[in-house]
Parts: sequence; structure tokens; C-alpha cells
Amino acid sequence: MSRRNAHYLARALTIAVLLSLPMWIGNSYYINIASQILIWAVLALALNLLVGYAGLTSLGHASLFAIGGYAAAMVLAAGHGHVLAVLVALIVTLLASAVFAVLALRATGIGFLMITLAIGQILWGIAYRWASLTNGDNGISVSSRPAPFGLSLAAAPAFYYATLLVFLLAVASMAVFVRSPFGASLVGTRDQARRMTALGYNVWLIRFLTILFSGFWSGVAGLLFIYYNQFISPQVVALTTSAEALLMVISGGSGTLLGPIFGAAIVVVMKNVVSAYIERWNLVLGIIFILIISFMPEGLVPGSVRLWRAGWQALRGKGAVTARATGAPEASR
Amino acid sequence: MTALEIDGLSKAFGGLRVTRNVSLAVAPGERRLLIGPNGAGKTTLFNLITGELTPDSGKIRLFGRDITAAPCRRRAHLGMARTYQIITLFARDTIVRNIMLALLGLSPLRWNALRDLGSQRALVAEARAVLARVGLVHIAERPLGETSYGERRRVEIAMALAQNPKLLLLDEPFAGLSVDERRDVQKLLLGIPREVTVVMIEHNMDVALELADRITLLHFGEVIVEGTRAAVVADPRTREVYLGA
Repeated sequence: MSRRNAHYLARALTIAVLLSLPMWIGNSYYINIASQILIWAVLALALNLLVGYAGLTSLGHASLFAIGGYAAAMVLAAGHGHVLAVLVALIVTLLASAVFAVLALRATGIGFLMITLAIGQILWGIAYRWASLTNGDNGISVSSRPAPFGLSLAAAPAFYYATLLVFLLAVASMAVFVRSPFGASLVGTRDQARRMTALGYNVWLIRFLTILFSGFWSGVAGLLFIYYNQFISPQVVALTTSAEALLMVISGGSGTLLGPIFGAAIVVVMKNVVSAYIERWNLVLGIIFILIISFMPEGLVPGSVRLWRAGWQALRGKGAVTARATGAPEASR
Repeated sequence: MTALEIDGLSKAFGGLRVTRNVSLAVAPGERRLLIGPNGAGKTTLFNLITGELTPDSGKIRLFGRDITAAPCRRRAHLGMARTYQIITLFARDTIVRNIMLALLGLSPLRWNALRDLGSQRALVAEARAVLARVGLVHIAERPLGETSYGERRRVEIAMALAQNPKLLLLDEPFAGLSVDERRDVQKLLLGIPREVTVVMIEHNMDVALELADRITLLHFGEVIVEGTRAAVVADPRTREVYLGA
């Protein structure tokens, strides 16, 4: 079987597994965890556009994740419908992304990171302190999930399928994006910004538009998140959220489409499943990150591919160990 | 009309005046060699011409058009292309992808976020044609990271040539090359049609002199001598500041 055919088969299998998941996983608790993974994966993928493809590390993406959620929650709390809430949320997210971009793109590298961090902290401060607007620490509740085309998303499987649909759209749009001429230009600005300018590219505008695209999907993830929890509080805007999203991208493998998805899965599973068995699950998560960064500095997915290839070329006897290490990503591609 | 006209250009970094009232005019199709000791301000002058630096005073005209205030990227669209002394390529991409990025820079296709770049047949063919011109088409699909230094030098030049520039600025195209590689690059530069005006910085006089029509000697940011190849080489000031006694 050619590599291309293998990829198609793996993709079809993955989608089949994802589609059938509520049928064999049974328990709605686990279906909800799967939904959470997909929601965080959308955010991680959005952040990855900046970190991996633009070379701009943002530590303030929680602000773009949360601002749409807050907007939607406020519109709903004011008694309006879901359609308006979602529209307002997306428009607010895009406007916020534009402001975020104009401010943050005054710098690159550490400067960019510090500005995004500051923006994130300002928005956290607003969410936490401006109680008359955001209800402060108490947060805002969302009374119901939407029912698009009369299909209620109240139950875990229905919400899972809605999330899966959005997730697949996000993956598809990003796959098209990174393979396009614009995507190639973006990667060019990451690797040789100066040359790109001399070649006639508008580096600033390329980065600006990418932040809008990334912000859009961050906002979509934020919307899914508030509808999943039916609640939003300043915790969502906190630095922890931005840092977790960044860890998902880096641990899974920035600059790849699969990496952030696996990163999201690891973090969500650790938070929800492992924490039920091990009290100090944060410690386990930390150790896992240290192991990933030590042995696969490029991230879990590219690292596994590298080990897989190395193992393939090495003796078959040693291959068993490598195969176990790379089993997860290969099986679910 | 002049291809490139620089009028009273000055630039200082703090107290260091790296370009002092430089004026020069390059005719269409001319091959101009810029020489001068290290720190004479040659690369700074290039950066001012391409717009990577903004001058403190003075004017730059490209084919009669005042481009002093035009941003760097705009100048590429007006027909200016440059190479870098320190190789500035896309190391993770293949050679042909590097050239495609150069072609894309001037094409509206660069804003397209929906089509697959790899399936843009016309663009790939055009990039391969450029590589054929510089004798690298046989390794077009090779990742840049696996190429030799001499090949990368030629990719540098190919990226600039791919944009079909009217004015080509070459910053030490022979730097670090072996004798054989130098000959290849020299042949390549001699093959550039006369529709293209070339300004070149180069220290390697034995290969550079053959390419030059006129020579400008810079010293401490100032034009010291300018004239035909023979005149500048024979000038005693050239011997004093540059060629050595």
C-alpha cells in the first residue's frame, strides 16, 4: 500500500472511530470528555496557526477564546436568541482579534509574547473586576444549549456530534489554509521575514489576517466551551487557559495539524480521567511534558514519526519498542 | 533616463554616519560594481536602495520614479530584486519551493488561501524554468538543507532572477565560493540579459572586474572614486584605500 493510500485509509478510519464513538463508549461521562477534547483541540489548532505556522507565540489566546463566549453569554442573559448570540460572539471575536493583532504585531518573538500576555491579563482583569458587566467571579450562566434545525443538543451524544462537526470543519479549513499559497507565504514570514518583504510580500498583513483566522476559530472553540459548560467565568480568561493551550500545541507538535489535537487529548485526559485516580495529577502532567520535551523536543506527533522511521530502519527486534511508543498517533491518524 | 539614481543620500546610526551624501547614477543595462573596504557602507547603501532602511535625507529614483518613501515590498513590485551576502533562504523547503515563493511574491495568487500550492502547475513549471537557467533543475526537488554552499549561492541569485527584475542588486555573490563554483556563478551572471541593470558589491576582484562596466569606490560612507573599470583601477586613491600598495 502506498503512503498516500495509507493516509487516506487512516483518515477514513479515524473519522469512522470519531463518528461511532458515542455508540461504543457508552457512558455519557466519557462522551463529554471526548467533546472536551474536541473543543480544546479547536483552540489548540487555532493557536497553532500562530505558534507553528506564523512563528508568533501567543500567551494571551484565552482572551480570544473567552471574549466571544462572554459576548454570547451576555446576549443570552439579555433574553435574546442563540442565533443573535452566536453572531454577536463571532463579530466581537473578530473585532477583538483585530485589536489584538494591531497591538501584538508591533513586535515579534518575546515582545509579541509579552504583549499577548498583557492583553490576556487585561481581559482577565475586566472579566474578574468589572462585575457590573461580567458578573465578576460568579460568572454568567447560560440557561440552555441551542437546538439547530430543531435538533436538541442537550444530551451528551448530540452535543458531541455538533462539536465533532465543528472540529472537522476547523481541521479541514486549516488543512486547506496551510497548503495554500497564503499558507506558504505565512510559513515564509516565519522563516525569513526580511526576505519575504524584499520579495514583495506584505508581512504585516499576512500576519494580521492569520491572527484574524486564528481568532475566529478560537472564538468558535470558546462558543462550544460555554455551550458545553453552560457557564462562563473569569477562570476561562485566566493565564492558565492560555498556557494550557500553548502546552497542547508544543507537546503535540507545533506546525503540524495532528500535534495540537493529540496535545489537547493528553491535557484533557489528564485533567479529567487521571485526576480521578491520582490526586497529584498535575505532577503527572508535568512529568509527561518534561518527558516529551526531553525526548521529542519537536512534539509528540513529529517525534513519534521520527522514531517510527528510525525504528523501521533499525533491527526488527528493537522495532517492537518503537512501535509501542508510536502506536497512539499512528493508530488514530 | 537612469535606471537607478541616488541623490545626496545620507544615513546615520546614532553618531555613526554610515552613508554620507552619496550620489550616483546607473544607466539602464549597466553593470556597476561597488567596492570599498569593510565598513565602507556598501551593504547599508543596498539596504537603503531596497528600502530595508530609511535614509535620513536624500532621494532614490528607480527609472525616474521617486521611490524614497516606498516601502521595501513595493519596490519589489516596481522591478527591484536583491540577493543577500549572508544566505537568506527557506532552509526547510525544497529548492523549487524557494523559487516558487519568489515567483509568488509578485503574483496575486499569494493571497489565495483556498487552492493547493503544490497543484499550481504553471507556477511549478515557471520555477523549474528559472532553475534550468541557473543549472539547478536536476536537484529542484532537493531540500535546501541538503544542498552545498555553492548551490545555495546560485539559489540566492535564482530567487532574485525569478522575479524578472529591472534592477538587480547582488551583495557579494561570490562570497565563500571555491574557484570552480566562482566560475559557475560568473557564467551565470554573464548570462543575465542586458535588459537587467545590475549593481554588485564584490570583493573578489578577479571575477568581479570582468563583469563591471563602471566602478564606484566607497570609503567611510562616501563615494571616493567613480568611473570606468580601467579608470578606477588605475586611480591612485583606489590603490590607497582598497587594493593596497
